[in-house]
Amino acid sequence: MESAEQKQTLDVSDLPTVVFGHRNVSWLGNVFYMTIEGAMFAFLIATYFYLRARSIHWPPEHQSPPLLRYGIANAVVFLCSLVPARWVQLRARAFDRPKVTLGLGILASFGVVALVLRAFELTALRCRWSDNAYASAIWVLIGMHCGHLITEWLETLTILGISFTDKMEGPRIVDASINSDYWFFVVASAMAVDLVIYGTTRLMS
Amino acid sequence: MIALSTTTSNLTLAILGDPYHAGQHAALNPASGQAAHIEWLYWLLFWILAIVFVLVMATLTAAARKSVTPVQEILDISRENPGDEGAAWAVGTAVGVTVVTLLVVLVASVVTGKRVEAVPLNNSVTIQVRGHQWWWEITYPNSEPYLTVTTANEIHVPVGRPIVVLTDSGDVIHSLWAPNIAGKRDLLPGIPTSFSFQVDKPGIYHGQCAEFCGLQHAQMGFAIIAESLDQFSAWYRQQLKPAAEPANEAEARGRDVFLTHACVMCHTIRGTTAGSRYGPDLTHIASRDMIAAETLPNVPGALAGWILDPQGVKPGNHMAPNILAPDDLQALIAYLQSLH
Amino acid sequence: MAIAEATVPRESEHTDRLNHTWGRSRGFLGWFSTVHHTDIGIRYMVTSFVFFLLGGVLAGLMRLQLARPNNGLIGPDRYNQLFTVHGSTMIFLFAVPMLFQGFGVYVVPLMCGARAIAFPRLNAFSYYIYLGGGLLLWIGLFLNIGADAGWFAYIPLSGPQFSPGKRVDFWAQMITFTEVSALGSAICLATTILRYRAPGMTLNRMPILLWEKLVLSIMVMFAMPAVMVVSGLLLLDRLIGTQFFNPAEGGDVLLYQHLFWFFGHPEVYIIFLPGAAIMSTIIPVFWRRHIFGYTPIVVSVVATGFIGFGVWVHHMFATGLPQLSESFFTAASLMIVIPTATQFFCWLATMWNGRLQFRIPVLWIFGFFFIFLIGGLSGVMLASVPLDIQVHDTYFVVAHFHYVLIGGALFPMFAGLYYWMPKMTGRMLNETLGKWHFWLFFIGFNMTFFTMHFLGLRGMPRRVYTYNQNMNWGALNMMATLGVAFMFAGLVVFLANFLHSREYGPIAEHNPWKAGSLEWATSSPPPPYNFPYIPTVNGREALWEAAPNQPVVSGIRDDVPEVLVTNSLDADPEYKEESEGASLWPFLTALAVSAAFVGSIFTAWAVPIGAVPVIVCLLGWLWPRGHSPSPRMAEKWSQ
Repeated sequence: MESAEQKQTLDVSDLPTVVFGHRNVSWLGNVFYMTIEGAMFAFLIATYFYLRARSIHWPPEHQSPPLLRYGIANAVVFLCSLVPARWVQLRARAFDRPKVTLGLGILASFGVVALVLRAFELTALRCRWSDNAYASAIWVLIGMHCGHLITEWLETLTILGISFTDKMEGPRIVDASINSDYWFFVVASAMAVDLVIYGTTRLMS
Repeated sequence: MIALSTTTSNLTLAILGDPYHAGQHAALNPASGQAAHIEWLYWLLFWILAIVFVLVMATLTAAARKSVTPVQEILDISRENPGDEGAAWAVGTAVGVTVVTLLVVLVASVVTGKRVEAVPLNNSVTIQVRGHQWWWEITYPNSEPYLTVTTANEIHVPVGRPIVVLTDSGDVIHSLWAPNIAGKRDLLPGIPTSFSFQVDKPGIYHGQCAEFCGLQHAQMGFAIIAESLDQFSAWYRQQLKPAAEPANEAEARGRDVFLTHACVMCHTIRGTTAGSRYGPDLTHIASRDMIAAETLPNVPGALAGWILDPQGVKPGNHMAPNILAPDDLQALIAYLQSLH
Repeated sequence: MAIAEATVPRESEHTDRLNHTWGRSRGFLGWFSTVHHTDIGIRYMVTSFVFFLLGGVLAGLMRLQLARPNNGLIGPDRYNQLFTVHGSTMIFLFAVPMLFQGFGVYVVPLMCGARAIAFPRLNAFSYYIYLGGGLLLWIGLFLNIGADAGWFAYIPLSGPQFSPGKRVDFWAQMITFTEVSALGSAICLATTILRYRAPGMTLNRMPILLWEKLVLSIMVMFAMPAVMVVSGLLLLDRLIGTQFFNPAEGGDVLLYQHLFWFFGHPEVYIIFLPGAAIMSTIIPVFWRRHIFGYTPIVVSVVATGFIGFGVWVHHMFATGLPQLSESFFTAASLMIVIPTATQFFCWLATMWNGRLQFRIPVLWIFGFFFIFLIGGLSGVMLASVPLDIQVHDTYFVVAHFHYVLIGGALFPMFAGLYYWMPKMTGRMLNETLGKWHFWLFFIGFNMTFFTMHFLGLRGMPRRVYTYNQNMNWGALNMMATLGVAFMFAGLVVFLANFLHSREYGPIAEHNPWKAGSLEWATSSPPPPYNFPYIPTVNGREALWEAAPNQPVVSGIRDDVPEVLVTNSLDADPEYKEESEGASLWPFLTALAVSAAFVGSIFTAWAVPIGAVPVIVCLLGWLWPRGHSPSPRMAEKWSQ
């Protein structure tokens, strides 16, 4: 045959082109991304406790800890959002496009509620970031988490948008599943941040 | 030929110096027990590490000479790796020796650290050093305010008495370092610390700021003046006095110039109405050898230059230029020179 | 999947199709839209080398100012900018981008036997964002508003009260740029190493260089966030009045140092480990045998990665911390000598039992041994608290870290450049000029920096723009300045060699050194698809241990940019995916992000306003294209 030649080969024609979970390259990239973001949260929380250890009063005198009500409400919202996030993953694996779209829509709605509640949380911190180191530390922690929440919400919206088009092919459905992994991270970091902002300003002072 | 060799040896001396001769400003020329302990540690480590260096470089040279293969074309790789068994032993032994050496270094270092910190604290003299951009405020605190001495840039200490230094900073981080006396200590705003030393040999030891602190970091010097207890006590008693009254008309006019110009905005002269603490206390400025944080000698010419154009001498420092009529300046300098 | 004798498309037709699929488009837009790792890797190298030369010019100016006592050439304001920008450039704009990103991005996918790097668009974005950070710092310097608080910008000097104006903001935002870049590269490199290795390249057969890049990437992921946090907090203190570092409001000045050095010391190993990786890669090639002690070397590298995070306080001994913590950090700092010493001994053992065939990179290996050893040994002195508090912040430390960084990174870098440049340009470098380059640089380096040990012991602090005649530092400083002339001469020879050889040097074959790793299996320079057929691997040195009829991978499509993904441990083929193609969006996104970052220095509103174009660009980046109406790839699903 003129158009071909003989070689020893390892034939991979039969390998899949769409895989889910840890077998996917984007899953690993996402894990690294969460590692980096997790490290940032860890450094900010360490900063908070370092400043706390160097202070006599925490919160400083004449400074009330943040109001609990919006924080608790938002924590409940975050925990409930785990359900649709996981559901998206399960439906994605089953290649159930309509349900994935629906799940993404529910997830994005949870995002809206969380963002609105977060705005109320910011008004209920009972301090301004420039007041003192305590106020700076809790503002930056919650601000950092707001950044993540907004980013994740926008990403969910983007994938939701794609899912209305005919471009919602295999790799994009995998993206929807990985997006939920990142949602889990956002919820987990919200719990850590809440614990610091609402818990340690009261319980351990 | 003789000229050449003299030049060469002069050059060598100039370059390598005679770095450790008496009086030389150097970490390896200790004038205190603390610096001496560190010097001992330095030479111990120096010789250990020098031996390590020679051994490794000798092995490298031997390996290169042994292995060099002058063949034009590139050799193929063999599947066997001859000599690996012996190499395993050699590498294992070398790592073991490294660990033991590091343990020796660790023990020597920790022991030296303890010796450096073990200054007896009875009968000690306490000195508060507060860093400023770019000078040192020196206080000898006393529970009785009238027994407290405040001066700048020259730290008088009695020989043979433990000195406790309390550090603090008024603005940015500085670092107090007189290499002949002790290791450096950072002066941190908001975080007071202390350390101690004891000078054994009388003398004037130079020091300067070691932590970058802005524009005039380079010219933020100080001196540790170690003297006998009698001399120190005499100096201390003199420093407790308020400023000398003007002895003649020129000095009196000089004091008026001082009190009616910008000088009073920053400086204190105890016994007058000048009481600002922003700049160095000038009550006994004439008793100091140097001015402007050990930048200029305390002589009339340098003092005049400094007063008129401090920004020319130390660009960026916080002293503003002064425009003074020549005879006002003369009088001011006469007055300052009288403040012993 | 099994190995079998099979018919594969004829090489020329196959490569034609691959060229069409993977080839970069020409022209201006093509230049900005390429995402291929060899293009991006070379850009990292060229850009960071230019920054290296610029940083070197600043060093030369500083040396001129210090050549004589009471010299009036450069005033304190300019001098402080010079050393700040010099240090920041060499660390953030040269060492990491050259050794971690430049070599990593260029070599790693080739060494893995992969067609592309993982997340190629993120990789391209990382380059542009790095370039943006570099330009920010240098434009500031040229406008005479360069950063001037030192490369670690200690608070409170760098704070709002003592550094008004925008100088420090430029520096802090440059950190954000370069660390975003390094983190992006870390994700790309770690993923490539774990998932894009050729079939058969199990972890146990992975070249040491890949091990080191993996460890480095993970170190970057934990260290760089610390410096991003600390420079971010500094910016917040400066721009919107937070109080993290203000002692009057409960802030703390040492917090800054802890966070900075938690990054700063691992950073030293992030700079040194690529150098060690180059040593472990090229010593076996020129000593014509396998590396001795593969396992101990890999274990040492991993150990360095861990211990590197436990030594940061040795930068803070002079702050007066409790003695117990000082002793702990002394012990940790000494402990990190053990893995480095182990690597040294393994290299020596490789040499001892090898057959040295002398080429230019070997000179740089010897130079590395000599210089890095001195730096490492003076580092043992600095780990000791009593000695450290004497020589900390003096020219002794300046000498030490130049010995460590130039010895541990620059000398390996030149070894690496002489070694891999034939792969990149397709031409060999001139060896006579190479010798001149080495000896001029080596002699000049030691003249400049060995003398600085004496200066430090004799009391000269670092970062002084002048000194008094009666300190007797003049002669030593003059000698240090003269050494710089030699180093510059060496660099000129190198540049001449590079420019000449690139056009007229002897043609490099696929494998001019007869080396063993996979990048030498393809042509020099490699085609845009890297390998006509993805190779398979039998041993640690793939080419040395290849069978005569070593199988290649078939069944990878050549009409779409398909890559083979293998599993992390055993590199067994797992699935195939389509690599992201060329795109202008990474460049545009980097522009938008740069605008937002730079704007945020001037007003906090730049963050919400600047976020809009960033979001638009990201949408453009992420939005899938060109697939409808039917999927371009036949999907095969796997649960």
